Amino acid sequence: MKVRVLVSLKPGVLDPQGRAVHHALEGLGFSGVEDARVGRTIDLDLADGTSDEALTEMCEKLLANTVIENYRIEKLD
Amino acid sequence: MAFRSAVITFPGSNCDRDMAVAIEQVSGTAPHRVWHGDAQLPDGLDFIALPGGFSYGDYLRSGAMAANSPIMREVIRAAERGVPVLGVCNGFQVLTEARLLPGALMRNAGQNFICRTVALKVENAQSLFTSGYEAGQEIRIPVAHHDGNYFADAETLDRLEGEGRVAFRYAEACNGSQRDIAGVLNAAGNVLGMMPHPERAIDPAHGGTDGRALFEAAIRSLADA
Repeated sequence: MKVRVLVSLKPGVLDPQGRAVHHALEGLGFSGVEDARVGRTIDLDLADGTSDEALTEMCEKLLANTVIENYRIEKLD
Repeated sequence: MAFRSAVITFPGSNCDRDMAVAIEQVSGTAPHRVWHGDAQLPDGLDFIALPGGFSYGDYLRSGAMAANSPIMREVIRAAERGVPVLGVCNGFQVLTEARLLPGALMRNAGQNFICRTVALKVENAQSLFTSGYEAGQEIRIPVAHHDGNYFADAETLDRLEGEGRVAFRYAEACNGSQRDIAGVLNAAGNVLGMMPHPERAIDPAHGGTDGRALFEAAIRSLADA
């Protein structure tokens, strides 16, 4: 079972990396970039039958720091 | 009475030796050196230090992997029993990731690694770590970090301030930390995390000795207990 976990900074949390990417895009001449936020993708290959509870626990305990980050789980197959 | 302390070394720690030297110079007793994979801490510890560095190459998030290493389960248990735990720099990041301290340490607001001596204001001079300072005193301690930008939600920050759990604030612009927070205490007051490095300011040859009082206070608190 392939699962993708997308981790992003919570809205309102300053993202210096995203801001630098935003400025760099503007520097390259791309206009109309309103904002950029940088996140992280973690692809997991899980044994069939891994429970949603276990997956949530993985996210909460390690993959995301819920003080500053949100996460979203996508099942790929 | 000998001061029984331990310095934990994770793969990628690089201030563990400095921490051990500082503790030995101030207390007169060399700390136990404990490896991250050890299942147990030495018995009867008076003090545990989590040093600076780049544990596990800062993989995932600074401190995230170390916070889940075998020895941290023991450190958390010791902290819950009231053993003083000091986390400096990466050690502070590990303490927040282990949820012994609230908040998180994010990339510095200016994106740069900051390595210089900064002025700090002592906010709480009552804790076992800070009783050697005066409230409001300005001290100079080196910082060296990329991820020292302290973040917590407004409610948590209000609570920390209301409960006197902000130990130190930056007295000059540094890394973008919310409310200039440089060091925080847990609710019980026996766990301190701070980005500046007191172990790098204990000998006149370091260029300053303002960190020494922190270790002296911790040792004195044990003698008084």
